[in-house]
Amino acid sequence: MTVSQPLRYTLDNGLRVVLAPDETTPVVGVSVHYDVGFRSEPEGRTGFAHLFEHLMFQGSESLEKLAHFRHVQSSGGTFNGSTHPDYTDYFEVLPSAALERALFLEADRMRAPKLTEENLRNQIDVVKEEIRLNVLNRPYGGFPWILLPPVLFDTFPNAHNGYGGFEDLEQATVADCAAFFDTYYAPANAVLTVAGDFTVDNARALIEKHFGDVPARPRPERPSFAEPPPAAELRADHPDPLAPLPAVAIGYRIPDPIEELDAYLAYLLLAGVLADGDGSRLQQRLVYGDQLVSEVGAGCGMFGPFEARDPDTFTITAMYSPEVDLDTVLVAVDEEIERLAGTAPEQAELTKVTARWAASLHKEHDRIVSRTLALGAFELLYGNPALVYELPDRIAAITPEAVSAAAKQLRPDARAILTVTPSQPTAETAGDDQ
Amino acid sequence: MSRTAEEIGRTTQGPRPLPPLGEQRAATNLSSVDTVLPNGLRVIAVHQSTVPMVELRLRIPFASDAPTHAATAEVLAATILTGTERRDRVAVDTELALVGGELSAAVDPELLSLGGNALASGFDTLLAVLADALTGAVHRDDEVAGEKARLIERITVARSKPNVIARLALQRHRYGDHPFTREIPEAAEVAQVRPVDVRALHASAVLPRGSVLVLVGDIDPARAIAEAESALRGWQSPDAAVVLPPLPHLTPGDLQVISRPGAVQSQIRLSAQAVPRTDPRYPALKLANLAFGGFFSSRLVENIREDKGYTYHARSYPEFTPDGSTLLIDTDTASDVTAAALLEIRYELGRFALIAPEPSEVDTVRQYAVGSLLTSTSSQGGIASQLAALAAVGLGLDWLINHPLQLQAVTADEVAAAAQEFFAPTNFTGVVVGDVDKLAPLKKLGGIHFPDK
Repeated sequence: MTVSQPLRYTLDNGLRVVLAPDETTPVVGVSVHYDVGFRSEPEGRTGFAHLFEHLMFQGSESLEKLAHFRHVQSSGGTFNGSTHPDYTDYFEVLPSAALERALFLEADRMRAPKLTEENLRNQIDVVKEEIRLNVLNRPYGGFPWILLPPVLFDTFPNAHNGYGGFEDLEQATVADCAAFFDTYYAPANAVLTVAGDFTVDNARALIEKHFGDVPARPRPERPSFAEPPPAAELRADHPDPLAPLPAVAIGYRIPDPIEELDAYLAYLLLAGVLADGDGSRLQQRLVYGDQLVSEVGAGCGMFGPFEARDPDTFTITAMYSPEVDLDTVLVAVDEEIERLAGTAPEQAELTKVTARWAASLHKEHDRIVSRTLALGAFELLYGNPALVYELPDRIAAITPEAVSAAAKQLRPDARAILTVTPSQPTAETAGDDQ
Repeated sequence: MSRTAEEIGRTTQGPRPLPPLGEQRAATNLSSVDTVLPNGLRVIAVHQSTVPMVELRLRIPFASDAPTHAATAEVLAATILTGTERRDRVAVDTELALVGGELSAAVDPELLSLGGNALASGFDTLLAVLADALTGAVHRDDEVAGEKARLIERITVARSKPNVIARLALQRHRYGDHPFTREIPEAAEVAQVRPVDVRALHASAVLPRGSVLVLVGDIDPARAIAEAESALRGWQSPDAAVVLPPLPHLTPGDLQVISRPGAVQSQIRLSAQAVPRTDPRYPALKLANLAFGGFFSSRLVENIREDKGYTYHARSYPEFTPDGSTLLIDTDTASDVTAAALLEIRYELGRFALIAPEPSEVDTVRQYAVGSLLTSTSSQGGIASQLAALAAVGLGLDWLINHPLQLQAVTADEVAAAAQEFFAPTNFTGVVVGDVDKLAPLKKLGGIHFPDK
């Protein structure tokens, strides 16, 4: 593997650039991360950040509707975008001959996207279908990423549904889109990342050519989304007429992933000790020992680690049979956490987790799309893309005592418990897409 | 600052021209060895050193027409990595974890698949754990009992998912009770499986002859094959693994409506007969499929998603079996636009079959096909999975390397012929799953069979 330090610099308009050349294979990844996610959308406009992401594919000054997709794909490339709590990313992976095209496409929509009524209405319909597909028409839809935050958090940014309610989506206007773009999609609020087969000199020249004249706009002030942790155990139930088995998600608050990285990493290791692999504590106790649950998982972040700022969530999820009492599951979980809090794990137990982390970071680097996106996200969140390569060492340095201390903080009297309960369909729930 | 959307979408310079493509560098040649071991196992090893990892895929033909096979096979897959005489479940997990490794098993009506990866420095451990499971898995009584219980719960959950309901319905509609349709056994069938059945199936069906092992990563191919041969020396049988028998040719027909009361969205699943990768018409069929619904810039997606907003997701794709292939068209749409979406799909099929695609459309899909092959084979995992799929139908790395040339040679006329031959609406059959009470407009389209009340 040839890993050199990624090159970082900033254009005059404030656009941060990360270049990570690697000529192993003749493909290139290009991504743009904007520093706005669904935590920043205004009240009454739930789902707007994601809807706006869709609109960014609908054309710009030099590109008719559908042209973006056609140009990427007719160059042999693939594309996508995704909306996260604290950022929105857009990317292309292409044969390296198409590098300039990808830069052109990203620059054109950063400079002058076409935000039209017709495209907005079309994409509201598409997003509603996406929500029906992923949430309303399937069992456990939105579990736990939509269902748990309103139990664990109090404030709108942290608690609301990032996919959005249909009413809010339908009320979105072109004027909302213009204001959102002007506020958050400034070059100074974005990171451009290029990884793969290119030379630095050529990429720098092409980036200046295409992004250099995107007009500067002020970088919006980033609000704090901090709120105090829960002062009690908070419970809520979500009846799901499509779910055949009950499920539970337990949410805890954890240290600031940015400002307290090492403390955060202890929770990452704790998640591995608890639930990664057949030999892990909760798999052994809940799945194979007491046979209370059919599956159990634990992790940092609603969509995985390193994609949100403070406040972030530690989640334990399980699916169990209707004959099992929820409290029996919770008692077993709490006992295992207490055991770790009382006695630090053996180093060998941590070594299993750190080796799997090292391997999974290699695998992320192996795929050019995930490599590009990770470099961009780490520049955006940490101001340090090279952290991607430093993580295995940082993770390996976490001590058993730190993991034990992390377990001590997963307190039953400061957490959220969200259950999904199978329910009979009613006329109301069956038609709740209106 | 407050600009209008119109002001945002306009600059003084005006629209700019699309830059041309640069010079494309070819992929560096992958060094590889493709051989058959004395025990009959085909091994393909490829050196690809993007990261210090090794990817492993084992594909064992695993078909049977025994009615109990699907259930027994599922339990076998769930317990094959849970212990041998030498290692219990925790030891398997621990040894793999210490080399950053993982292994998992899955089964379908055609294949038992074991796959995973590890740090390249732990390749010997990965092979040792795999070999031990293949030759020494004991399927202990308590592990079988526990996995059966979890499997029954997982099956219950899987069978509640609309895409699974639609897939099972399509399989039944296309192939009746053929073993190919038994993708998910009934919970009651799993409950009947005894440990002795699992062990007997392992002894008679987990066989090296006719199976294929794919190894891709930071490895020396010849040495990797020698190591695999040594590790798997104890895996022997004179018998060959059982390949799925040919499927009956697909009969076009009415779409069957499947009732799912309360559904807010319908699953449309269409299918038609196609040809395998080895057929001379395949490269043209591949390009035709892309143009129809095989990528985002296709007729299907541009119509029912980007123009009409009927769906988030629509696609067409080929499904391969050892001796054939079919075309599938999938989309999910809100109940009230299901009939309209089906009408548009049929319109696009008819238009595609009757009016030859423009040469520019053919060039676009060709570029996409060649380029996406390049990106999807730029990672170890990507190469491993593609090779495993090709090897399961008797092909290998040479096919993957030559395929871009085949695609370059396809003419627009050949794509038009493939569109006509394979995409005519009269070739298709399929199912629509949804809330029957909301799907009455489908009746006006014809060619639809509703369930008897």
